[in-house]
Amino acid sequence: MIKPINEAVLTFVSRSANEGFARTSAACFAAQLDPTLDEVNDVKTAVSEAVTNSIVHAYPNSLGKITLKLRLFADNSMEITVRDWGVGIADVEQARTPLFTTGNEERSGMGFTIMESFMDAVKVRSVPGKGTTVTMRRRISRRMGAGV
Amino acid sequence: MSVTCSGEGRALTLAVSGEVDHHGAKRIMDELECHVAAALPNMLTLDLGGVTFMDSSGIAVLLRAHRRLRELGGTLSVTGTPPQAARVLRAAGLEKLIQFN
Repeated sequence: MIKPINEAVLTFVSRSANEGFARTSAACFAAQLDPTLDEVNDVKTAVSEAVTNSIVHAYPNSLGKITLKLRLFADNSMEITVRDWGVGIADVEQARTPLFTTGNEERSGMGFTIMESFMDAVKVRSVPGKGTTVTMRRRISRRMGAGV
Repeated sequence: MSVTCSGEGRALTLAVSGEVDHHGAKRIMDELECHVAAALPNMLTLDLGGVTFMDSSGIAVLLRAHRRLRELGGTLSVTGTPPQAARVLRAAGLEKLIQFN
């Protein structure tokens, strides 16, 4: 397994106020790879979707823990892992279908579609009753003078 | 996040500023419902020029606005969409449903 050149883990409570904190933290961490503005925005948006999914769905009757793991690799890619220990997803394939949501009409059901559009790869592992882990990967373009 | 309302007659403009995410979306939808119920517009323009970030919660807001205007027999248009929000809305194919200026 290839080791990251840098990594960080944030743990926070499943409050919606932490959505902005999560995406801004990921954007700050990604800055080490000297991304373009579009690349930073893509990372922020994907993190926002994954974290929001956990906040909305993982702990329906209480607050719970969410971790955001950020890893940078020598090939200028970034790996983002959002993990919760909540209710889990019974049918991951169904959950990833555009417009599908178990939320109310305030949810568009497009979270996974956005993640898949903005990241190079999205992997979802979930066990009902145990929690969900979403791992995403994005290559950041190399520019002159970039590096950590 | 803020929503400001302007307009004349049954043409309503709602200008949204700040971050349109799950945390802020409910308030935006509540303000939208409130202003639409009061004005019963036949034309609603959503001005997104002040939006600093949008995720798929913004898609839900636009779909709600579209649905409400359709119920009233009116039209929805969106203006001033910044590049990050435009990318999200394009990923959802919303330009096929809603007029973007």
